[in-house]
Amino acid sequence: MDFPVVAVLAATLTIATPLVFGALGALLGERTGVLNLGIEGTLYAGAFIGFLVAARTGSLALATLAAVVAGALAGALMALLAVTLGVNQHVAGIGITLLLVAACDFTNRQLFGGGQQTVTEKFGRLFAGGGIVAQYPMTFVAFLVLAPAVWWVLRSTGAGLRLTAVGENPEAADTAGISVARTRWTALVVGGALMGLGGSFLTLSVLGTFTLDIVSGRGWICIALVIFGRWKVVPVVLGALLFGLFDALQLQLAITPAFGSIPNELLIALPYLVVIAALAVRGRGVRYPGAYLTAYRRA
Amino acid sequence: MRFVLRGREPRWLAAAAAGLAVVATLALTAGPIRLAGAAPVSAFERYVVSPLSTGNGIAEVLLAATPLLFTGLAVAIAFRVGYYNIGAEGQFLVGAMATTAVALALPDLPAAAALPLGLVGGALGGVAWAFLPAFLRRRAGIDEVVTTLLLNPVAVLLLQGMLNGPWRNPDTGFPDSATFGVGYRLPELFGSRVHAGLLVGLVLVAVTAVVMSATPLGVRLRAAGQSPAAAEFSGVPVGLLQWRSALVSGGLAGLGGASQVLGVQHQLTGSLAAGYGYTGVVVATLGGLSAVGVLAVALLLGDVQVGAQGASIALQLPSQMGGVLTSVLLLTVVAALSVRHYRLVRRTPRSPRPVEG
Repeated sequence: MDFPVVAVLAATLTIATPLVFGALGALLGERTGVLNLGIEGTLYAGAFIGFLVAARTGSLALATLAAVVAGALAGALMALLAVTLGVNQHVAGIGITLLLVAACDFTNRQLFGGGQQTVTEKFGRLFAGGGIVAQYPMTFVAFLVLAPAVWWVLRSTGAGLRLTAVGENPEAADTAGISVARTRWTALVVGGALMGLGGSFLTLSVLGTFTLDIVSGRGWICIALVIFGRWKVVPVVLGALLFGLFDALQLQLAITPAFGSIPNELLIALPYLVVIAALAVRGRGVRYPGAYLTAYRRA
Repeated sequence: MRFVLRGREPRWLAAAAAGLAVVATLALTAGPIRLAGAAPVSAFERYVVSPLSTGNGIAEVLLAATPLLFTGLAVAIAFRVGYYNIGAEGQFLVGAMATTAVALALPDLPAAAALPLGLVGGALGGVAWAFLPAFLRRRAGIDEVVTTLLLNPVAVLLLQGMLNGPWRNPDTGFPDSATFGVGYRLPELFGSRVHAGLLVGLVLVAVTAVVMSATPLGVRLRAAGQSPAAAEFSGVPVGLLQWRSALVSGGLAGLGGASQVLGVQHQLTGSLAAGYGYTGVVVATLGGLSAVGVLAVALLLGDVQVGAQGASIALQLPSQMGGVLTSVLLLTVVAALSVRHYRLVRRTPRSPRPVEG
């Protein structure tokens, strides 16, 4: 049997792309101490709003922009609840996910219910026929622009240091004149925008249409990747590639006759189980950001 | 303007905050309802009042509330001790699958043996699905939020895999299991579709309420959740209590799955993955993590769920509006309850104003 190495590696990069956007978006919030479980719903909203605007205007640029704005608004809602009002972060995040999924399903049903599947324009691959580098534009953005940019911002800029300071010790940051609320708001809004962009990749690049199971737990994968990567950019991106590799492998196995007897669903579940196993091994004794899950009020 | 912590909190404040949240929910959802071409007031009447106006409607509300009672209780018990089990969805599904395994393996058992076996099987299925995250948390300190969440899509895949594979209906070829034997039907109540699963749920609510409020165990559980460090210091084994609550929580969710297949569907279908577990988080939170609160909110959400079905037929308003309403209600209530600890004061001037004259 010829194993199509190039095809699997190319698929790995494609599958990892929305995870890089989502996980780096989540990482920004968590570095300031806020866990945004709204991520699953934000990816879903990004995917749906992108699809909706593409279907109505035919413009991929507008559709992408709309997904980014939708994601930023979702991040702002999380910031309002968790930062300004000090609501329990788990509850606020799950609530946002439930709200966004229900709202998108409602709108989808209202506008596109009945009749046949609506198909939109989608981004083409650059370097078509180029093997591993035949990828959608957003994949290049994720790996060559976003990941290095977030890495550099967190490591070498004042904004990055303020982010970390607020997440580690908000009292000290506040005393040093850093606004805890403003820093957390910024991180959540920018993080939400990245999640929205990542979600739109699924509709505007990969599928060209919207389905109800389009996200199916990828948001939770992103949250796991951030812990797996211990809140550092490089290992988070490597984790996304690891998930992408296993997902690409299972897709390949599913179309390999020799493995035809394995139920498809078992194969689809494989990368999720790999992530849990990876967490079980690497998640021991991780040190969470000092102010993880804690709202901040001046005494 | 800025928020300042209140010194004292008047008693009426929490009720006023919740009332305000309800008003805000109606205001926020009126826009989308109008955009969808329905009149908001008549829509809200459909959602809340209409289901309760007929006997049959009330029975449907009780039926819709039954699974939420189990998942709400499951989440509340775990959250109470500070164990964030967000995997009730998966535990519910695996519970239903375990019950199905029992029912398909021993189809001819009489009800006296079949029902206890089916229910216990479901509870054990839920415990099994809750085991890994609880074990990883206890042994290796791995965050349970992410592991319980990740196991939800895996449970859905397992369900689909079983229905497409070994349990595919032999008669129709559809991805539904065969119908269970007659022994595996929970008795129906009031001559309606309401089934004995509701009674099991009510008993569990009562037991939980008594344990939480009137036993030393309840005190320890609440202490462990409210201030783990202080509880640990005064000799409460916080980790152990969390571990046990995690498994009990999984068992309750699994029992909910069992009740649903034994009471309503009498077979396993893919439609069981309808978000009962995630809604359990809403039920537990709005119910203030108390058993009686869970009961009240489960009934309310059951009401809205039945109303949403009615509105989709009568007003052509997609039934997903029910989910929008409940999630907006969740967010406005937690926001309002959080705000009530503060009062808004005008920012004090930076420097004293110069005295004239």
